[in-house]
Amino acid sequence: MDLTSADVQDILQLIDSMPVRELHLSTTRFTLSLRRTDDGEWTQELQLLSEPTVIHPGDDPPTAAGLGDATTQASAAAEPAAQPAFDRQPVAAGAGAVREGAVVRAPLLGTFYRAPRPGAPPFIDVGSRVEPDTVVGIIETMKLMNSVCAGLTGTVTEILVADAQFAPQGEPLMRIALDATGARG
Amino acid sequence: MRIRRLLIANRGEIAVRILRSCQRLGIETVLAASDADLDAVPARAADLVIRIGPGQATASYLSVDAVTAAALAAGADAIHPGYGFLSENPALADACDGLGLTFVGPSATVLRAVGDKLAARGHAAAAGLPVLPGGPAGTAAQAAQLAGRIGYPVLVKAVGGGGGRGLRPACDPAQLAAVVEVATAEASAAFADPRLYLERYVTAGRHVEVQLLGDGASVIHLGDRDCSVQRRYQKLVEEAPAPLLDDALRADLRAAAVAFGTHLGYRGLGTVEFLVDTATGAFYFLEMNARIQVEHPVTEAICGLDLVAEQLAVAEGQPLRLAQHDVRLSGHAIECRINAEDWTREFTPSPGTVTAAVFPAGHGIRVDTHLQADVTVPPWYDSLLAKLIVSGADRQQAVARLRSALTRCRIDGVATTIGLHEQLVAQPEFERGGYDTGFFASFLAGSAAAPAGAGSG
Repeated sequence: MDLTSADVQDILQLIDSMPVRELHLSTTRFTLSLRRTDDGEWTQELQLLSEPTVIHPGDDPPTAAGLGDATTQASAAAEPAAQPAFDRQPVAAGAGAVREGAVVRAPLLGTFYRAPRPGAPPFIDVGSRVEPDTVVGIIETMKLMNSVCAGLTGTVTEILVADAQFAPQGEPLMRIALDATGARG
Repeated sequence: MRIRRLLIANRGEIAVRILRSCQRLGIETVLAASDADLDAVPARAADLVIRIGPGQATASYLSVDAVTAAALAAGADAIHPGYGFLSENPALADACDGLGLTFVGPSATVLRAVGDKLAARGHAAAAGLPVLPGGPAGTAAQAAQLAGRIGYPVLVKAVGGGGGRGLRPACDPAQLAAVVEVATAEASAAFADPRLYLERYVTAGRHVEVQLLGDGASVIHLGDRDCSVQRRYQKLVEEAPAPLLDDALRADLRAAAVAFGTHLGYRGLGTVEFLVDTATGAFYFLEMNARIQVEHPVTEAICGLDLVAEQLAVAEGQPLRLAQHDVRLSGHAIECRINAEDWTREFTPSPGTVTAAVFPAGHGIRVDTHLQADVTVPPWYDSLLAKLIVSGADRQQAVARLRSALTRCRIDGVATTIGLHEQLVAQPEFERGGYDTGFFASFLAGSAAAPAGAGSG
């Protein structure tokens, strides 16, 4: 059983009238710290320590009841075919270190999409001309779609992250050959 | 059938919330978790954890096959879908029926009836509920004709949308043509259903909703909530009951919601959402959410029930354990959604690792969260980190508690909306209550959050 908020309330009631400013409770399953602020109100900090009990499909099932061939079904589910969200061939990502030249970087971490929606043509491709406000892709983070702008003027020479792939913040997404006058926007 | 082992096909705070009820009820729990969540707080709190796929939700939390296979492999006899993900997907309800699993939610038939927002509108009208002037907008020409008849501005809605997604206003015929084109493309991509419909756009309205609980034969309501603090149709603050509502209007809203639920033969927890026109006092059916809702704790605070426990009971096939006259509503409760967003930078999402999570404690304070120090907020899912729920004998006491409680919230490591809520609840207009859905935008425009105009790149 985990500590419930009702438990926390009970503990608070117990210590509220006592000259106690802090209470630290440590068990093998959790730690709880209660602290009194200067105006007499309380804060709580709870840390669950118990390790998850992960069952693996293919292991002996936790109960023998009515499983049938479910184990094999579950094995299939555990390794789902990596369904590409988009139906285009992924572009080969730039191998390892990024060579010199201007790159467009991921403004925040998330999934990089090259087209506005599945099946649509990509925003840009190798050879495309871009300007600072040209949208070159989308980064999906926490269910929000964020447009990625080129931020510079030039021609796309290489796409470094394939469609529907995860990109950490700052990851180079594509390489741009700058125009002679092109400058970082 | 009695639920003995429940698969929770969800994550985050709602997974923790469902676990808590199960532990109290003595139901064994199996958490279905993606790779991103295998050692998250819900996984630590569950009896067992089973992997359902990679971080991307399409191959894990949104996969009917992965979720049902996990339930069978874990020996679960029921699936609780939480909210979002597969919670209103009739395919999961159908799959559960076929496999002899209990789906904790309404029947697939009812999910289809309310999931298609145009069909839901038809059911609402058939049940005698007022709906806004509007109808299907199959083509741009049809949309223009309909808009001409009902008058501008209009709101273009995706039939497969809901939950505030797929909505776009249009003020004149030229704008309508452009909006219909974009919205059709968006709706096909986001909902796999290009169909649109139009409704008259109410410029000053309140979002008021009624909580229902049904067993398939009887339907009762558990009071109303006001969710008018919204940004881009997403709720940020909710409260129960809706403040400053005329008694007769409140009674009409509750009766209308029960009539709709009864018309559907509703079984489960559900919410009927209404728009109250503040200029005229008229109300209109918006949509029904056929699941437990994010803001359910404010209702729990004023009715004293464990809504997850009631939801599990009706899913087992038990009749309602209370009649309408047994429902006692008292006090006032307010919830703030704390999201991982940088509200000073146009609400940019802020995934990352939480280094500290300190929350208020005390009488009238409840925090629903899956956060603790060292927890990672993955980029794959929505940005809800925690819900702070305060309650008091009346709204004034609840607001005072909320203001104090917010100052004691501290989350380090990711940007959050705590500071936004602190400023918001300090507003005199918030203190008065009864504002419309335009309140938040005007507050934000005048707040310290200078709109950052810089683009990315």
